[in-house]
Amino acid sequence: MSAGAIDTVSQPVLDLAEPPVPTRGTFAFFGDAFEALGDWSVFSIRAISGIWSHHLKTRELLRVCVEVGVSSVGVVSVTGLFIGMVLAVQTYSQLHMIGLDTSLGAIIHMSVVRELGPVLAAVMLAGRVGTAMSAQLGTMRVTEQIDAIACLGVDPVKYLVAPRFLGCILMIPLLTVLADAMGVIGSSGICLYVFGIDDFHYWQHTQNFVKRFDLLMGLAKSIVFGGVLSLICCHRGFNCKPGAEGVGKAATEGFVLSFVAIMFLDFVMAMLTTTVHNLIWPAVGAKVA
Amino acid sequence: MDTEPLIRLVGVSVRFGRQQVLSNVHLDIFAHETLALIGESGCGKSVTLKLIVGLLQPTEGELFFEGRPLHKMRERELVAMRQRVGFLFQGSALFDSLTVFENVAFGLRAKGITAPSELELRVRSCLQDVGLTVASESKMPAELSGGMRKRVGLARALAIDPDVMLYDEPTTGLDPIMTDVINELILQTRAKRPITSLVVTHEMRTVQKVADRVVMFFPQARLSAHEPQLIYDGPPSGLSSCDDARVRQFVLGEARDRMNDIRDVVESV
Repeated sequence: MSAGAIDTVSQPVLDLAEPPVPTRGTFAFFGDAFEALGDWSVFSIRAISGIWSHHLKTRELLRVCVEVGVSSVGVVSVTGLFIGMVLAVQTYSQLHMIGLDTSLGAIIHMSVVRELGPVLAAVMLAGRVGTAMSAQLGTMRVTEQIDAIACLGVDPVKYLVAPRFLGCILMIPLLTVLADAMGVIGSSGICLYVFGIDDFHYWQHTQNFVKRFDLLMGLAKSIVFGGVLSLICCHRGFNCKPGAEGVGKAATEGFVLSFVAIMFLDFVMAMLTTTVHNLIWPAVGAKVA
Repeated sequence: MDTEPLIRLVGVSVRFGRQQVLSNVHLDIFAHETLALIGESGCGKSVTLKLIVGLLQPTEGELFFEGRPLHKMRERELVAMRQRVGFLFQGSALFDSLTVFENVAFGLRAKGITAPSELELRVRSCLQDVGLTVASESKMPAELSGGMRKRVGLARALAIDPDVMLYDEPTTGLDPIMTDVINELILQTRAKRPITSLVVTHEMRTVQKVADRVVMFFPQARLSAHEPQLIYDGPPSGLSSCDDARVRQFVLGEARDRMNDIRDVVESV
């Protein structure tokens, strides 16, 4: 046969026998969940260790802080304001019937400072910034930019996740204070100027019930929420599946998992802070109980 | 050519879920040679490159770099190894939030070169080597054409002064002139420094022009259980006269048997 001529290649033997599918046990779901949690934990430790590495650049941290903090001011302010106003409207009719109008301030402000402010700021951050982080890192994964960072001798987790994590935990307390303040302004405006509640007693009750401890607990919660949501969203981005669908899915998963984690952690920390509060001030705890 | 391989793959298999990509591959890459890795899409060429820099782990088998097993390297050793390997990605993988200058300087900064004057000098020199001017330094990747992106990717890979260059389909999607420009740059790089190159490509012109040795993989999915995946290992000149018809068909772009396969699959459905 002359060189370069084509002879017939024997038909390739297509191996159609698929490898056996391992039987998934009843607890396979929990096994997968624990595996994912373990993977996320290792990822988180690596990212947090990046804070002390030379990979963390001030310029990148500032960029993240602006993106997380400054760009979220508008949305956090507006939602905080309306949550305060809605709470005032919904609570007024109930307390008015039993003549406790002036206690509205204490109840609403306590709810805002302890629960709604931190949760609202965290959920807004998960929706606005977290999904963007997942999508951005997911796109970097799909376009091999993350692989390129690793090939140039830089740890991509430390380089990309550490500034995002740090930016979130630095900015979220400020956003929480903003959400708290706007919630208080919104609820006070409705209570004092729409329902005409006596302002002296309104503020007096607030001062008696809402303490510095409540504000600090709210801020502590927010820092935990910010850290966890940034790590969840970045982890989803890093483990993004190929294609546009993969990036979209990573962004959605980032938000949903962050939201569930925020709610779960809120419950755990509410239990914890109440226990701590009762340990420090047992008499007040007994009175409340 | 050295007798001890610089990079060695011993019985390497890679599986993604139920999909077997590589199966029991043995391959030696020697210092200062230019090896072209060819084969149909999905035969594991790009996976092989990612195994070499430790971006992927083999399901079975071992990889050695200068005689040291990759899986036993500590994080620091792996980083040091990667800083000796330049990687030109298929889609260039330029960092889209950084300028051309910052992209090329990235690897230099990672190696500890931070003095602005030295960075500027080295980045400009690398950009000049690939035919890019000072005017392109401030551009963002989105503003570049496909050929320019490849050249910036090449400049970024060469900036770290690597001992090994891995090219993942360097000419895919480029016009014939730009394809030849990239081929010339690969040759020019080898002429300037003693470098080991592994070029993954579908382009036979690239193979003929740049390679000292060619290795061809065949897709694992179309092989029977114990057939070797590596079906050719020899000089580029031997490709067209190879005994294995699959090699000759690939070289000449003959689709007859693949069309028969496709027809069989369609009919069976």
